[in-house]
Amino acid sequence: MLMSVGSLAAMGLALGSVLGVASRYLAVEENPIEAELQAMLPGSQCGQCGYVGCAQAAAALAKGEAPVTLCPPGGKATAEALAAKLGVKVDLSKVSDSGPQIAEVTEEICIGCCRCMKVCPTDAIIGAAKQIHNVIREACTGCSSCVDVCPTEALGMMPIPVTLQHWTWPKPASAHN
Amino acid sequence: MGFLDRFLKTPSWGVHPEDHKRPAADVALRIFPTPERIFMPLNQHVGGMARPIVMVGQKVLKGQLIAEAQGNISAPIHASASGTISAIGEVTAPHPSGLPFKAITIDSDGADRWIDTDPLVDPFSAAPEEITKRTAAAGVVGLGGATFPAAPKFALGKRLKVKTLIVNGGECEPYLSSDDRVMRDFPEMVIDGARLVMHAIGATEALVGIEDNKPEAIAAMRKAAAAFPEVKIRPLPALYPMGSDRQLIKVLTGIEVPSDARAAETGVLVHNVSTCAAVHKAIRLGQPLVERIITINGGAIANPGNLFAPLGTMIGDLFAFVGLKEAPSRLILGGPMMGTPLLHDRIPIVKGASGILAFNAVEAHVPDAGPCIRCGSCTKACPMGLLPLEMAARIKVGDLEGAEAYALQDCISCGCCAYVCPSHIPLVQYFSHAKGELTAAERTKLRTDATKRLAEAKAARIERENREKAEAAARRKAEREAAKAAAATPATTEKQGVSA
Repeated sequence: MLMSVGSLAAMGLALGSVLGVASRYLAVEENPIEAELQAMLPGSQCGQCGYVGCAQAAAALAKGEAPVTLCPPGGKATAEALAAKLGVKVDLSKVSDSGPQIAEVTEEICIGCCRCMKVCPTDAIIGAAKQIHNVIREACTGCSSCVDVCPTEALGMMPIPVTLQHWTWPKPASAHN
Repeated sequence: MGFLDRFLKTPSWGVHPEDHKRPAADVALRIFPTPERIFMPLNQHVGGMARPIVMVGQKVLKGQLIAEAQGNISAPIHASASGTISAIGEVTAPHPSGLPFKAITIDSDGADRWIDTDPLVDPFSAAPEEITKRTAAAGVVGLGGATFPAAPKFALGKRLKVKTLIVNGGECEPYLSSDDRVMRDFPEMVIDGARLVMHAIGATEALVGIEDNKPEAIAAMRKAAAAFPEVKIRPLPALYPMGSDRQLIKVLTGIEVPSDARAAETGVLVHNVSTCAAVHKAIRLGQPLVERIITINGGAIANPGNLFAPLGTMIGDLFAFVGLKEAPSRLILGGPMMGTPLLHDRIPIVKGASGILAFNAVEAHVPDAGPCIRCGSCTKACPMGLLPLEMAARIKVGDLEGAEAYALQDCISCGCCAYVCPSHIPLVQYFSHAKGELTAAERTKLRTDATKRLAEAKAARIERENREKAEAAARRKAEREAAKAAAATPATTEKQGVSA
C-alpha cells in the first residue's frame, strides 16, 4: 500500500517537474505586438502578401521580415498605421496606391456558377445558381480570390472608381519644399 | 486686440479684398429666357442623391416633381421648364475634378407652363411643422452656397428651441451681388420668408446682417421690415468672411460657437436671404425651388450683372446671353475666395450657384509662391484664430497629424491666409488637400473595419454550417437506427399480441 502510493507520488513529482521545466524552456514565444499588428490588417486572409493569412503576415512584420507596405488591400492608410506602430520610416510616395482595387463581374460572360461567392472572404458577391453575380463594392477587399476561381474569366480587378465624394484636392506644387 | 474689440465693434480677423461688386450689382435684374434644353442634376444639395420618378419621353410641367428626396438629409428636384424628358444621364458636375454626375435632361417646349400650385393661405395660423413639411417638399436648400436642405435645419432649430434667427445678407465674397439684388428687388419676400422661418422654428427675433457696402439693400430691407419690430436690420462692417456663419453669429450676438458644436446648440440659426425668399415662394405661392438669381461677373464678361435663370441652365448659355469680351482664362462657380474652379462652361447651374465668374488673364494670374518669412500675417487674418503657417509647414512635409494637432479641422477654408500671404503661399490649398486626405484615410479605416467584421462573420458562419451539417448527419444516422430498431420491435409486439 505504502509502496504503491510512494511510487505514484514519486512518478507524479518527477513527471510534473519535467513538464514544468519544458514549459519554461520550450515555451512558444509570442510577441504581444503581433496581436496589435494583426488587428490593423484587413483580416480577410486573402494571402496577397505572400503569407498564409493575416496572422502570419503580422508575425513576419513583427520580426521585421516583411515591409510595412505588404498589404495591397490595406493600401496607404494601413501602411502608414503599421509604420507608425513599428516606428519605421516608410516612403509612401512610392506606394503609388495603384489604388485599392476591387473585383468586377463582366455580366455578359457570367454563367452563374456560384464559385466566386463561395471563396469570397467577406461575402461581397451576391447571386444565385444560373443568375448573374455581382460585387458589392463597399464590401470588396480586393483580395482577387474570386478572379482565380472564375471559369469564364468574367471576374476582373479594377481600381475603385473615383467619384465626386471620393475626390480630394491634390497637394499644391511648390518650389520651396 | 480681443479687449479692444468690445469697444470698437470691429473684429480683429479678416481681410478687405477689393469688392468688384459694382457695376454688376447696380445693373437691373435681367430675366434669362428658358433655354432649349435644361439639365437638372439629381444632387444639388448636401446629402442623398434624389431618385428620378419620371421616364424618358414623359411630358412635364414647370415645377413638377421629377426626382424625390432619398434619406433623411436630401432634397427633391423639380422641373425648371415645361417640356419633354429627353434623357436621364450624366453631365459634368460643377466640381473642381470635372467628374460627371447624374442629371435629367428636359427639352423645353418654350411655353413655360407651371403646374397647379397649392399655396398655404394663412401660414401663421398653420402648425410650424406644416411650414417645415412644405419647405422640404419644395426642395429648398441653403442658397448661400452650402446647399444644406432647409427643412432638417428647421426641425433642428425647433428641437433645440432656437430663439434667434440670423438672416445672412453678408455676401462678403467679392464680385457677387445676387443676395444684394434679392434684397433690393424683393425685400418683402425676404422679410416674409424670414418670418415664416421664425414661425417654423419658434424663434422670437430675427437679426438681418447686411454689410455696409450695400446701402441700397439696407434701405430697401429697412423699409420692408418697418412693420415687423421682431425683424431687426443690422448693418455690419464690410469685412471678409463676414458671411461665414460662425463669424456672423459672433459679430451679431457675441456668441462664439464652440469648435465641436453646431450653431443651433448655442440658440441661434443662420439662413441666407435668398433661402428666406425661396421659403416665401414655397409657402405663399406654392412654388418649388426651380429658378434663382445668379451673378455673372468678371473681366471676360461684356455685360456683367444678375440674371434670373432656371436651374439646370448650361453656363455656356448664360455666357451667350451676357456676351463674352474674350475667352475666359478661368471660370469659377461662386466667389473668388471660396468658389469652385470649373474646367469648362458645359456645366449646368445648381441651387447653390450664387454666381459664375469668368476671369480674364489679368484677374486669373497666380503669382509664384516664395518661401515663408514667418511674418504672421496669416495668423492675424485667420477668422478662426488658427496658425496657418504652422499647419502648412507640416502638410508640406506630409505630417498631416501634426497639422491636425494645430486644429486643422476648425479651418473654414475662407482663404484669408492665402490672400494676405506676402509670399503668395497657397495656404488654403494645402489645407483643402490635407482635409481631403484625412477624410479619405478615415473612410479607408471604416471600410477596413467593416470588411474585417464581414470576414469574421463569414468564418463564423462557415464553421456553424459545418457543425450543423455534422449534427444533422449524426441525427439522421440516429434516426435511421431508431427506425431500424422500430421496424424490428413492432413485429415482436404483434406476435405477442396474437399469442395473447
